[in-house]
Amino acid sequence: MSDITHDHHDHRPSGWKRWAYSTNHKDIGTMYLVLSMVAAIIGGAASILMRAELHEPGIQFITDPQFYNVLVTAHGFIMVFFVVMPALIGGFGNWFIPLMIGTPDMAFPRMNNVSFWLVAAALILLVIAGFIDGGAGTGWTVYPPLSSADYHPGMAVDFGILALHLAGASSILGAINFITTIINMRAPGMTFHRMPLFIWAMLLTAFLLLLAIPVLAGALTMLLTDRNFGTAFFAPDGGGDPVLWQHLFWFFGHPEVYIMILPAFGIISEIVSTFSKKPIFGYLGMAYAMTSIGVVGFVVWAHHMYTMGFNVETRAYFTLATMVIAVPTGIKIFSWLATMWGGSIKFDTPMLYSMGFIFLFVVGGVTGVTLANAGVDMAFHDTYFVVAHFHYVLSISALFSMYAGFYYWLGKMSGKRYPEWLGRLQFWVTFVGVNLLFFPQHFAGMAGMPRRIIDYPDAYAGWNMVSSWGAYVSAVGGILFFVVLYKTLTSNVKADANEWGVGATTLEWTVDSPAPFHTHEVTPNVAPEPAE
Amino acid sequence: MISVYFINHTTAGETSMASDTVKTHPWHVPEPSPWPILGTIAGFVMAIGGIWYMHEGPIWLLAVGFALLIFTFYGWWRQVIIESNTAGMHSEQTKVGLRYGFLFFIISELMFFFAFFWAFFHSSLPLLSKVAVPWPPAGIELIPADGVPLLNTLILLTSSVTVTIAHHALIEDKRSTATKWTFITAILGVVFLFFQAEEYIVATFKLSDGIYPSTFYLATGFHGFHVFVGTCFLFVCGFRLIKGHFTPDHHIGFESAAWYWHFVDVVWIFLYINVYIWGSLPFGHISPA
Ligand code: HEM
Ligand SMILES: [Cu+2]
Repeated sequence: MSDITHDHHDHRPSGWKRWAYSTNHKDIGTMYLVLSMVAAIIGGAASILMRAELHEPGIQFITDPQFYNVLVTAHGFIMVFFVVMPALIGGFGNWFIPLMIGTPDMAFPRMNNVSFWLVAAALILLVIAGFIDGGAGTGWTVYPPLSSADYHPGMAVDFGILALHLAGASSILGAINFITTIINMRAPGMTFHRMPLFIWAMLLTAFLLLLAIPVLAGALTMLLTDRNFGTAFFAPDGGGDPVLWQHLFWFFGHPEVYIMILPAFGIISEIVSTFSKKPIFGYLGMAYAMTSIGVVGFVVWAHHMYTMGFNVETRAYFTLATMVIAVPTGIKIFSWLATMWGGSIKFDTPMLYSMGFIFLFVVGGVTGVTLANAGVDMAFHDTYFVVAHFHYVLSISALFSMYAGFYYWLGKMSGKRYPEWLGRLQFWVTFVGVNLLFFPQHFAGMAGMPRRIIDYPDAYAGWNMVSSWGAYVSAVGGILFFVVLYKTLTSNVKADANEWGVGATTLEWTVDSPAPFHTHEVTPNVAPEPAE
Repeated sequence: MISVYFINHTTAGETSMASDTVKTHPWHVPEPSPWPILGTIAGFVMAIGGIWYMHEGPIWLLAVGFALLIFTFYGWWRQVIIESNTAGMHSEQTKVGLRYGFLFFIISELMFFFAFFWAFFHSSLPLLSKVAVPWPPAGIELIPADGVPLLNTLILLTSSVTVTIAHHALIEDKRSTATKWTFITAILGVVFLFFQAEEYIVATFKLSDGIYPSTFYLATGFHGFHVFVGTCFLFVCGFRLIKGHFTPDHHIGFESAAWYWHFVDVVWIFLYINVYIWGSLPFGHISPA
């Protein structure tokens, strides 16, 4: 394999400063991945505690219901802001954007570093928010009046707000960095219409971050001043309106769900194409499907608020707009299937996870279209049906894409080959676990079980028990992942520069494994060869 | 026919053949730097200090964090200025990147104001707010739009002209003219801030007087803060002009300051038209449907 980089350049700073002061996209990416794993342990522990509490009707061991609320809140925040986003965007984005577009690093390497450290600081603040003054038990949506000073008078919610401010600042700086890098630093010949789909995905994600996060920052600032300085944005007694919070939150919140899933689309596209040994089917359609998902994603936010009392025209509009998103989503699904069609598919762990992703995402998409109907959603809103929907379409889908990307690129990042059989075992345990965990929640939800509660009537006992067992199985899958990681890092099976063969056509496979400290010091030229 | 959008394996080898050991790319990859983590510590200390202060604690921790933040800004940007004055660090392509970066930063700032405009419209339009107070709410004594706010509008519009004069002078290599007009712009910013502060002092409503002051003070207050930042930025550019940091084709710092200044100007126009003029018209008294 070629070796575009030169050992000559491979001098790297040593000791703790290498990490603390880093301006290297690979080191920063690695730090993001480690942070994501640490956060996943905390957030995962919260979910296991919840499922253990819900294992049977009645109170098992969480005597203080507010503590249960704190668990729900911490779990949601940690998973969204400190597991999925750092892994998919900060981790894989940092590692592979420069490698795939043929440039030595990000546009603003120091700003890249501050993005990472801000997330780390935010995580500490968020953990404090869980413990101080009874903890923040608002749910990740932080609706007032529950989140206002009347019901959460202590410091907990303020810690949560400041945590999100720091995480948001990190995301905005990261978005600026990613967009500039991708627009400005592609190797000669890599026009927009020749960029890998992962790069498309990251570019769109960064735009969504750039436009959505500041709106959240504004809303959080209003909540902060409502709580501490006597403003009345969300306080009816001062002429304010709690519904305003919901608008602002979901104007951020819906794009946010795509912020988490577009990178997944990108990863899955790369893997499906690599393992089918075919270029992706309908490349341009895929790129513009993501673009339209990103654009339309900004005008559907009120489907989270159907029960707020909108007039019928408003509800009709948001139902329609929401359903429109299913069209480009369908384009993506069918293009992945068409890519596999007739390919000579290798069922290695990354591919298994990608196919798992497609399955989970379809299930969640179908329930999404169901919920898009304002009338239907009147019954389903705030039930476990919604929990099942967004865990399928978002949470476990994103998790599967993270696992997929991890197995796909672990060789490139570590230079070691993971044990394939263990990877497949880990996939199957996780796949069975998450379906056992979340599929029954559709039934509990359809039967009317509300979300975010510590206890429930006996009627829901059966499905909850299944669900809890699913959680334990998934946790075993999570532990197995760390076993795979340990085994890989301590093994001496070297990964080739291109371990996946002819299907892997993106630039990261042209550099050594592990990727040297500095890569693409000499800019690769990817202009198409002149026609013969 | 789908074009293969990246390298194919046969050509990959050739690329490396042609390589030598010197870096050939035009990008600026800085050395490891202590500023990012220091800035993070500053933010972290400010967060804790701020929360402590808001819950009846002392203010010193917040102040320490803030001082650390200012120190970080100083040290970090000093470094950037040194780099921009070092030949070979900021290639043409790197400069394009810096411009993009600043442009996207401004876009994110616009979205921050978007949230406050949303709050304003949501609260003032009975169609949107379920609470539907009349707008302006009873008991609020409005600041007349044709008084100081109009004057401030003229000041900011003028300053947009003066900053453009400075920019053109810089491009034509008339350094002293550019310096003069940059400082004039910055001073107009100071005058704007002075009037804005005076307006806050004479206003008869205070922050905690309900939804009107909430939207008014936060929207205009954040705008005022951005004017303050832009003014500082312009002063720095003025001094850099004196020191000869900028040349007709190498002045990203100045260009960014000018863009930023236009941005605060545009936000103000929206504030003036909506919050001051439109917000004082009696539309809000129409009762909700
Ligand atoms: C076909 C596309 C989709 C449709 C039509 C759709 C529709 C909906 C609707 C109507 C709700 C509100 C349910 C309620 O609260 O009553 C909802 C909730 C949610 N959706 Fe989707 N969705 C789709 C795709 C996605 C995707 C791709 C993601 C993330 C990757 C996602 C993540 C979420 C989340 C996180 C929630 C719940 C938020 C909360 O209340 O905490 N959805 N979806
Ligand atoms: Cu949504």
